[in-house]
Amino acid sequence: MDATDIILLLDSSVRLAVPLLLACLAGLYSERSGIVDIGLEGKMLGAAFAAAATAAVTGNVWLGLLAAMAVSTFMSMIHALASINFRGNQIISGVALNFLAAGFTVFLGHAWFRRGGTTPNLRPDERFSTIDLPFAQEFGQVPIIGEIYEQLLSGHSIIVYFAFLAVPVTAFVLFRTRFGLRLRAVGENPKALDTAGMSVSLLRYQALIITGLLCGVAGAYLSTAQGANFSENMTSGRGFIALAALIFAKWRPWQAMWTCLLFGVLSASQIRLQGVEFPMIGEVPVQFIQALPYILTVVLLAGFIGRAKAPKAIGQPYVKER
Amino acid sequence: MSARQPLPNWVTIVLMPALNVLLAFIIGGLAVAMIGENPLDAMWALFYGAFGTGMGWGFTLHYATNFIFTGLAVAVAYHAGMFNIGGEGQAYVAGLGAIVVALWLDQTHWTLVLLGSTAAAMVMGALWAIIPGWLQAKRGSHVVITTIMFNFIASAFMGYMLVQVITAPGANAETRTIAEPGRLPLMSDWFDAFQYSPLNITFFFGILALIFTYVLIWRTKLGYKIRTLGANPEAARYAGISAVAVIIIAMAISGALAGLMAVNEAVGVQKRLVVGYVAGVGFVGIAVAFMGRSHPVGIALAALLFGALYQGGQELAFELPAVPSELVLIIQALVILFTGAMGEMFHPVLERIFAKKIEAAPEEATTSTGEA
Amino acid sequence: MVENQTSSAQQPAKAAGSAHAIDLKKVSKAFGPVQANKDIDLTVKRNSIHGIVGENGAGKSTLMSILYGFYTADSGEIWVNGQLVKIKDSSHALELGIGMVHQHFMLVENFTVLENIILGAEGEFLLDSSKAKARDELTRLAKDYGLDVDPDALIEDLSVGQEQRVEILKALYRGADVLILDEPTGVLTPTEADQLFRILEQLRDEGKTIILITHKLREIMAVTDTVSVMRQGEMVGTIATADTSPEQLAEMMVGRRVLLRVDKTPAKPGDVVLEVKNLSVTDEIGVPRVKDVSFNVKAGEIVGIAGVAGNGQSQLLRAISGMEAPLLGDVRINGELVRFEGDDSAAKVREMGLAHVPEDRLKMGLVTQFQEWENSLLGYHDSEKYGSGPFLSVKDAIADAEKRIEMFDIRPRNPRLKTANFSGGNQQKVVLAREMDRELDVLVVGQPTRGVDIGAIEFIHKQIIELRDQGKAVLLVSVELDEIRALSDRVLVMFDGEIVTELAPDATERDFGLSMAGVDPKEGA
Repeated sequence: MDATDIILLLDSSVRLAVPLLLACLAGLYSERSGIVDIGLEGKMLGAAFAAAATAAVTGNVWLGLLAAMAVSTFMSMIHALASINFRGNQIISGVALNFLAAGFTVFLGHAWFRRGGTTPNLRPDERFSTIDLPFAQEFGQVPIIGEIYEQLLSGHSIIVYFAFLAVPVTAFVLFRTRFGLRLRAVGENPKALDTAGMSVSLLRYQALIITGLLCGVAGAYLSTAQGANFSENMTSGRGFIALAALIFAKWRPWQAMWTCLLFGVLSASQIRLQGVEFPMIGEVPVQFIQALPYILTVVLLAGFIGRAKAPKAIGQPYVKER
Repeated sequence: MSARQPLPNWVTIVLMPALNVLLAFIIGGLAVAMIGENPLDAMWALFYGAFGTGMGWGFTLHYATNFIFTGLAVAVAYHAGMFNIGGEGQAYVAGLGAIVVALWLDQTHWTLVLLGSTAAAMVMGALWAIIPGWLQAKRGSHVVITTIMFNFIASAFMGYMLVQVITAPGANAETRTIAEPGRLPLMSDWFDAFQYSPLNITFFFGILALIFTYVLIWRTKLGYKIRTLGANPEAARYAGISAVAVIIIAMAISGALAGLMAVNEAVGVQKRLVVGYVAGVGFVGIAVAFMGRSHPVGIALAALLFGALYQGGQELAFELPAVPSELVLIIQALVILFTGAMGEMFHPVLERIFAKKIEAAPEEATTSTGEA
Repeated sequence: MVENQTSSAQQPAKAAGSAHAIDLKKVSKAFGPVQANKDIDLTVKRNSIHGIVGENGAGKSTLMSILYGFYTADSGEIWVNGQLVKIKDSSHALELGIGMVHQHFMLVENFTVLENIILGAEGEFLLDSSKAKARDELTRLAKDYGLDVDPDALIEDLSVGQEQRVEILKALYRGADVLILDEPTGVLTPTEADQLFRILEQLRDEGKTIILITHKLREIMAVTDTVSVMRQGEMVGTIATADTSPEQLAEMMVGRRVLLRVDKTPAKPGDVVLEVKNLSVTDEIGVPRVKDVSFNVKAGEIVGIAGVAGNGQSQLLRAISGMEAPLLGDVRINGELVRFEGDDSAAKVREMGLAHVPEDRLKMGLVTQFQEWENSLLGYHDSEKYGSGPFLSVKDAIADAEKRIEMFDIRPRNPRLKTANFSGGNQQKVVLAREMDRELDVLVVGQPTRGVDIGAIEFIHKQIIELRDQGKAVLLVSVELDEIRALSDRVLVMFDGEIVTELAPDATERDFGLSMAGVDPKEGA
């Protein structure tokens, strides 16, 4: 494997990491506010369908993105209603949303497009096209640095740049703004906010709206930037890997980015490692690499490498009673 | 001291779930209307498909058997205060044990296959659940997250086993089929009414599992410990109940129950193991347990409802091809949402209706000297 | 009635003419069937320290939560500075200049002091500038009122006393003119409490109004100008502190003369039953809470452990009863060493003859959603008495529970009812009956009468004395000094995880006060 191979591997890692990163940041807002979100998968799936279907019908990918964000946010609001207003079980609500998305996307897909659950293929102008950074091609002739610029940094869709921009923005919001302070507080000790005269519900609703919007972008990326249509269960567990990444990153934005990139590398190298003989170990089954993010998260959770400490109030409905 | 008024038992146990299920069907009906079909036709097709014929009943009961196993699995763990969402993975891994033993013994007699594969399935399911249980008890990692992770690890592991290790020659990602002498008897062998349906002898195991769970939880000392730990871990510690032991035992029982699904589905019906054979049944178990309020009677009814939905959904695809069978998935999701996560929805309304009756018959236990 | 509700929020606090900071008129509040406050009238003069005293459950905290906008009253009027107001929520109360320091601090543990103080009163969207502003303000407040705390310290690293200062600073930072403190000394040592009182006096002298909620008469006498007494959700009366005595207040609190003494004969101590030797216990985060403690309890005597809450009594109880393995040291029952292995040592300790009435019945002693009979076998569930082998005999268990209901006069008399709906006193009786109605050698009992009505208190005290007279050893842990002195034959005082000294139950107030602050009176201070 030479430098070019590595750069190409990293390039595909970045592409694979983007939906994880967006969903992971989405989960970060929700969980920092004290609400467990195992429905990231479903929201992404619903959004992916909405984006592809809308783009196919209207021919406008931006409308697709808008629809994706709307659908995902709507689902997030169902979660909010169950978790905040009805003080329901947040895990059950998440499970239900995952099923709901799996059912509705195929149900409507079948009924509307009659292609066995997939949406029509999008033409290039109905998708998010790649953006070439200035002088990418010229600069690409320079070995290594130029290749990095051309292959790794340039030539991605706008959503990729958005995702990586969302990392510093999230870090700033979380640690340097009033909203971030309150968000962190409500996930740790909601009563502290309530007694200081702030609305716990309002803050959690705000957080879940952001979660919905970001999941919407993640879903739109899958079906209109990375892919060119929606197919049944196209998220295939990405929402759960994002959840694993969130825990692995200990609910912090920069760590979330690195973890998602790591998981991206793992998934990009699956194909390349097939049949490769490692010294001492021999051939590593693809399935093992597939399972690695989950195994790593279990190991981390078990406290064998550091400790993942969740926001203290997570998962408990806030009850203003004695 | 809750601001909520307690409701009569029958309202919380019967009326509220019924209303929630009704609402789920109404919204499902709206989805049908949305694609321009007649909701009543669709609902009738669902109902007739599930209960209209002996074959329909057979399928419904067969699916219900699966749901009884995975539902009880969730319920037992839940009584111990744990949320096992790993039924899916536990049933999947149990399939490996069940099929290996079944294929090993399939030239002998079906009784040996039944007993052998049942034991193997329970052991494998239990093992896959014990690890998250142990991690929760000893290392404090939350069982919800760990079991989610274990579902995916199971999926990768089983993918590897089925593609590379126990693959039938010439096949892709599945084992060979169980030979004739080892196949479990179908109910249709004894009762003509169930002809052409997959309902098999494992159904009786489902009934036994329901009775077993009832006795375990409410009529044994272990069940008492499980309930104490689930309701108040501090009180369990005070009472000298070992949380580590109870968590691990409860998870083992939970996993073993989930594992039984492999006998019904993989050994009994498919007669081989294929990739992804569990197909969401483990997750439906969550809904069944919640709707059934973790009580065997409730679970039996809820399993029947979901069994009917599954079977009705298949028939729907034939009767009304324009209505995709995923309608069932939607209704199922809504039932989970309404009964499990929004159970409080109808509470205020029902409170208003039934509040008067409560005031008329105040519980003598309530006193005015509460702690303020 | 002067209708001026809308403008009241904007009124500067001192512009109004009234000499009253707070006027409550006929305020009522019910939680379900429980009437927590009933037609309460209360007047609080500006620039005064006003005490509100009452037993647990008298409705003090509820009343103050209404004033702070945390609950809304069902009926009645609230006047602040002579203006009729309708307090919508806590932020509205803060606007009106009412601040509250809650009994359980409302702080975010992993935030700094500064972050906690600005939370909800940040002012600007960006934190950096609001933090800078808050830091200046904090320095000023610290100087004015003698409230020193490091603004950059994490809350989890602070002592309880310091956390309380943060809470006070939080209220002052928000411009509170009326400061409500709910049971502020429950977690403080006498010394820390005295420091708090000095701060409160300084605040009053600077023009603030203080409302102090407590059930401790000593504090009322020490620091307040006026005192109001509440009983069972009603206001009994308001008096100038100088014109009253602890005896009169106590009578007003409970509605009749209190039995200060429990009738009992001198103890006839026998052999040592419970022996604790060089015991050290750490809490879940590794902080030492019990430090090298040694003592013993003999048959036929009651040994009391006195001390301010949070000085290691809970950890001591947990170790002795087998709930927590000690770091070092031994516990022996009848000379037999307790082996702490696994997480079920409590069961082994029970078999050795120790019965344990835990200090928090709702957290430990009961599973409230269980029916009474199920709670009646908690801890003894493995006994053959309740079914053979692995099976549980519901019939036998219910029969046993019915017997105890009779013996201890537990109401309601139905073992099939959920204990959650029982009154505090009856819940405690369920626990006591379970622990006493068995073969036992030593009873370990924590806070036996917390949150229990007067009638049940007398009954429970009598049961404990009776047990002693039967020749059993009793270890009594309580933060109620009166209870310790009334029941015990010997008193050990605990401070900061150590046994400071042993006192006779009739030792002087001064000796108890000193030792509870960590000073051995015998060595002289």
